[in-house]
Amino acid sequence: MTPELKGFILLSVIKMVLVFTVLMVGVALLTLMERKVSAWMQNRRGPNRVGWAGLLQPAADGVKNILKEETYPGLASPWLFVLAPALSFIPALLLFGVIPFAAPLPVEFDVTVRFSFLGLFPIDLGRWAHHGLMPMVVADLPIGFLFVLAISSMGVYGIALAGWSSNSKYALLGGLRASAQMISYEVAMGLSLIPVLLLSGNVSFSAIIRDQQAGLWYVLPLFLSFFIFLISGFAETNRLPFDLPEAESELIAGYHTEYSAMKFSFFFIAEYANVVTVCAMVTTLFFGGWDIPGRWDEQGGVLQTLATGGFFFLKVMFWIFFVMWIRWTLPRFRYDQLMALGWKVLMPLALAYIMVICTAIYGIEHVAGIVDPKLRSLALFGVNVVVGLLIFGLLDSGVFIKGSNRPQQTSKALAKRATVTG
Amino acid sequence: MAIGVKVLERPRREVSYVRATLKGMALTFRHMFEPKVTMQYPEQKSTTEWSISQRWRGTHRMLTDEQGRSKCVACGLCPQICPANCIKLVPGEDEAGNRYPLIYEIDEFRCVFCGYCQEVCPEEAIHVGVHFENSEYSRGRFVYDLERLHSQTHAVSTLWDPSDPRGE
Repeated sequence: MTPELKGFILLSVIKMVLVFTVLMVGVALLTLMERKVSAWMQNRRGPNRVGWAGLLQPAADGVKNILKEETYPGLASPWLFVLAPALSFIPALLLFGVIPFAAPLPVEFDVTVRFSFLGLFPIDLGRWAHHGLMPMVVADLPIGFLFVLAISSMGVYGIALAGWSSNSKYALLGGLRASAQMISYEVAMGLSLIPVLLLSGNVSFSAIIRDQQAGLWYVLPLFLSFFIFLISGFAETNRLPFDLPEAESELIAGYHTEYSAMKFSFFFIAEYANVVTVCAMVTTLFFGGWDIPGRWDEQGGVLQTLATGGFFFLKVMFWIFFVMWIRWTLPRFRYDQLMALGWKVLMPLALAYIMVICTAIYGIEHVAGIVDPKLRSLALFGVNVVVGLLIFGLLDSGVFIKGSNRPQQTSKALAKRATVTG
Repeated sequence: MAIGVKVLERPRREVSYVRATLKGMALTFRHMFEPKVTMQYPEQKSTTEWSISQRWRGTHRMLTDEQGRSKCVACGLCPQICPANCIKLVPGEDEAGNRYPLIYEIDEFRCVFCGYCQEVCPEEAIHVGVHFENSEYSRGRFVYDLERLHSQTHAVSTLWDPSDPRGE
């Protein structure tokens, strides 16, 4: 192994440990944040007994979950029953590996590691070196974006298998709903991201962030994409108003009805890890990732990495808060409304939007001949204002989503039928 | 599709989705900064808005006279009227011919806290109390004997007064 490869592996391991720790501790604290935000929105105080202001509540919950009895339903399929929590947990963690969380950090070292215990057993680890910028992402995959789409779809296996292997009707219904829902919204989610690719011309997250730094944050030139992605993100993470797989008033607890103790906890961790990942994706794709508006964040250096990391954290926290905010604002969808929204509204909307953006980009770059990224983004923003007003006007007047899919029985239609039959 | 749901025709402003969502979000956000209604229970047992009613019927008290003896004359009305049959009374009589309870036990698990014992008592001896913190480490401790009923110190219930039905 060359010293550079060894240095790369060392740094990657450090980044992995860092990201894993931050994510797991963050997820634990998110359960507290969720309960606190829920409480505040209902004029309550939330957990405030364990530790200062309830900060140790996640630790207490964790200890409780580890010490509780693991129950296995008699007729459950034992292997899949144990495998399912892991299957939903691993993709949730994997996804965070490709999201850049700060500006690249300049790391320079070239050391030879050689030591021995008491003069015996000399250990020679050779030269370790790293030169230049270290991207602040565990794996800066050139196909980062496709990786996310591929892995995020795998989360549904965990849920579907959990529902099936429990051998319980409610769990099975929850698993079925989860598979149908996640497959439906996967389509809209994938389609909503195509405009991002069209605009950036690249599938790597780092390139997408660079493009947003040069131009505008994509939320402005691709507002509808952001809107569709956000809705599908809610559906993908099974959060309210799309929490049908675990709708407690209908299915007890849905797919994890039969789970107890730490296995149940794993589903919980997976759900929150997915929320974090979707929020990080929204931030990265539409809100400039770690980008701080203005020129300041292009000077490089340790300070810049820290500042951009903090800014990324703030943006992600805002979206996590937004998810919780929506949870207490919107009631749950009915199942047919959920499917109708996914297939009849979001998918055609995303397809039409791709056409509009294609045409607009062609017009701007080839007909009008604008190549400056900032001007190009502004021109697209203009297109979006027009399209957005139109779409939201129609959405607001109830043209897309209705109470039911059945055509409305208006008095006029009834009178017409009466004349036809009579 | 298969679900036949009756849909009412409503005016535009009532079927608005975007405006309704934004309005709902503003509402939930506003609630975050409103004063909290939670009562911090073990530290705080009553607030200006809420305190336990004087007519609350909780665990019993037996009142005593000036000499510290039970006011009970063992007339037997309370075990007679008790709908849950939770009062055990064995009467005794001293040399002067005064009746007193040899055994007086109330099983608080059986009790339905109707307050009839207090209403029926001619000596105003047995009372239900304004009290709700009754936890114990064993089930046996829930059978209150005479000594226990004497040693309770909480306020006694005023019960419902027909001349003051709202308790004002």
